[in-house]
Amino acid sequence: MTDGPAPVLAAELIRWSWVGDHLDDIRGYLVQHIELTGLALLLGLLLSFPLALAAVQWPRLYGPILGFTGVLFTIPSLALFILLIPFTGLQIQTALIGLTIYTLLILVRNIVEGLRGVDPDVREAAQAMGYTRARQLFQVELPLALPVIIAGVRIATVTTIGLVTVTALIGWGGLGRLFIDGFTLNFTTPIVVGIVLSALLAFAADLLLVGLQYRLTPWARSGGG
Amino acid sequence: MGGDAVNVVNEVIAWLTDPAQWSGPDGIPVRTLQHLYYSLLATAIAGAIALPIGVYIGHTGRGALIAVNLTNLGRAIPSLGIIILMFTLVGFGLVPVLVALIALAVPPIVTNSYIGVRSVDRDVRDAAEGMGMRGRQVLWQVELPVATPLIMAGIRTSAVQVVATATLAAYVGLGGLGRYLIDGLSQRDLPQVVGGAILVAVLSLLTELVLGRVQTLVVPRGLAGQGADAAVRAKVEKAA
Amino acid sequence: MRRIRLGGAAVAACLALVLAACGGGNDALEGGSSQSGGSTVTVGSTNFSEQLILAEMYAAVLKKAGVKVDTRLNLGSREVVFPALEKGDIDLLPEYNGSVLSFLDPKATQTTTEEVNTALSPLLDAKALVALDASPAEDKDDWAVTKKTADKYGLAKISDLKGKAHELVVGGPPELKTRPAGLPGLKKVYGIEDFKEFKALDAGGPLTTSALNKGDIDVGRVFTTQGAIDEFGWVLLQEDKPLEPAQNIVPIGRKDAMTDQVKQALNAISAKITTEELTKLNKLVDVDKQDPEKVANDWLTQQGLL
Repeated sequence: MTDGPAPVLAAELIRWSWVGDHLDDIRGYLVQHIELTGLALLLGLLLSFPLALAAVQWPRLYGPILGFTGVLFTIPSLALFILLIPFTGLQIQTALIGLTIYTLLILVRNIVEGLRGVDPDVREAAQAMGYTRARQLFQVELPLALPVIIAGVRIATVTTIGLVTVTALIGWGGLGRLFIDGFTLNFTTPIVVGIVLSALLAFAADLLLVGLQYRLTPWARSGGG
Repeated sequence: MGGDAVNVVNEVIAWLTDPAQWSGPDGIPVRTLQHLYYSLLATAIAGAIALPIGVYIGHTGRGALIAVNLTNLGRAIPSLGIIILMFTLVGFGLVPVLVALIALAVPPIVTNSYIGVRSVDRDVRDAAEGMGMRGRQVLWQVELPVATPLIMAGIRTSAVQVVATATLAAYVGLGGLGRYLIDGLSQRDLPQVVGGAILVAVLSLLTELVLGRVQTLVVPRGLAGQGADAAVRAKVEKAA
Repeated sequence: MRRIRLGGAAVAACLALVLAACGGGNDALEGGSSQSGGSTVTVGSTNFSEQLILAEMYAAVLKKAGVKVDTRLNLGSREVVFPALEKGDIDLLPEYNGSVLSFLDPKATQTTTEEVNTALSPLLDAKALVALDASPAEDKDDWAVTKKTADKYGLAKISDLKGKAHELVVGGPPELKTRPAGLPGLKKVYGIEDFKEFKALDAGGPLTTSALNKGDIDVGRVFTTQGAIDEFGWVLLQEDKPLEPAQNIVPIGRKDAMTDQVKQALNAISAKITTEELTKLNKLVDVDKQDPEKVANDWLTQQGLL
């Protein structure tokens, strides 16, 4: 026999019987994936708002904040997760901290751009009407900035769904675990299932957010946007 | 804890400045060249695939919905999954890495090329047609030159992402700067992991800067002073 | 104004959903037993089929003995998983005494089972860990070549590599370059010269398998119980000088989680499992793609341990 393995499983990309037997596992991975993504986004939003507001209030901070988060973004995600292990072990914090950091850049940038994009006339009108700074922010500027902010949330969501798979290398991973299973077993089925499901998840999340944007910004509907 | 951190920083600096790191088949220069090789090859092939598609969609207007949303959907492709799948199918070698990186690089180039070609002002196109230019001439003499800055922006976005993700090559046994991450993890050599991460970050930033420069150089002279840049940029932001 | 309230309500609802999912004792997010102080034993494993089989075995007999068990399998490489054991994210790990020794002491050179166990004990003790009974079953590290290569260069034992190594490409885990039992050992103990090239791949995993089969490496570092050896007809080079440490299967656990009940259940497995049996089980998972849990349970039932 030749010493190369025949691509035995290439002919069989998905063994449906395996899928049927492992529906519970797959469901578990999917749930973990959604939870990791949701938590990372939530934390990212909570952290990015203060940062973004600071950047808008004190424009000189914007450059450094953008620069700092920009540099963080170029750190390969695998390295970031590996570096966190000695500190937070295999607990969920390790994955979450890494994932949240990556959402920060996208969200901070979009929130700032959104707020900055508010027509200065509108802001002046609000001031003239006697709105306090806080009221101005929450009842005028944020609603108007929503489309751009949600665009950022869309990007952050889809990116995070992809990054969650990388956390499989540190004991988490959601659907990414299917990649590891397939890798060590030399078996394409779990890998294909993992790719398809995570792509579908991202697609579904994106659609949901587009829908949310549509409902929250009726004034933008008739115009361009 | 604070003492620990200072220690690690010192060790990382020691690792980066150790002359042994800068020579030999495991040295930083060789690994960087490997890394750039994978990145360049993948980006070039991706460009060869994506540019014609994006330009075609922009020129004819067919398939616009896909082109506009492709970038965001492309972000959903799990590169780790693709590389593992390809490895399981074809085994050890360069192909798994290339396929994963090309899949990553194609969407932004398609979207940006599409928007670039599309962004040609109605008036300009009408004027060109009025002067007797037919389809292909409009494409080559009007649309493409106007689209060039945006196309470059797309290539730049892709290239930076590819450079940052080419660390995956080490995961399937190849070279590149990702080796420092994988080997550092295996050998429990934290300074190596940190050093590797820094090198990748620096390379990504350099790629961003260099291609940014190329982008400004590539703006056709006629457009440079007309604020077309800003209008076109606004269009991109809206669609992204 | 209404928009913000709607938006706020939406966010609050999502938050509530997420928190409810977290708090509802969801398996997906729950980690180990670090909170419960030893009443639940969390069994972990690295990525390889043998590890999965052994971990499932441990989980099954512990459950039978009435111990509450949680499994966190397929977590990653030892570099990622062993620190989790040290930290308490997992309580129990199927291990190999020689590998753990060189993991904790990269300069270790002990080779016999007794020497390895003796050296390992204090190192584990220092980390509040304990090794249970070591099984006679072993999964050693060895060098493999394809039949073609063996015939071409006349390779049957490791010392046959002398004089030929400079024509051959060797592949294995990255730490092979530095570990005493790895490349330095070949030089020191066998006098084998430098290989033509060293490719850092993985430890007995899919990368090494593929590279060996495709000819990207000529000599590969493998685990002796791998199903791939038989599957592809590789030739394992005979160890004719003492270099490799013993690699007896041994459960390693946190001291506070290893109660007498736990020890008894696990030692029963270690006493019965043999190298041949383990190789057979690996084959069922690697080649036939059977489920590690099923394979483990079937074997345990056969042996009367379940």
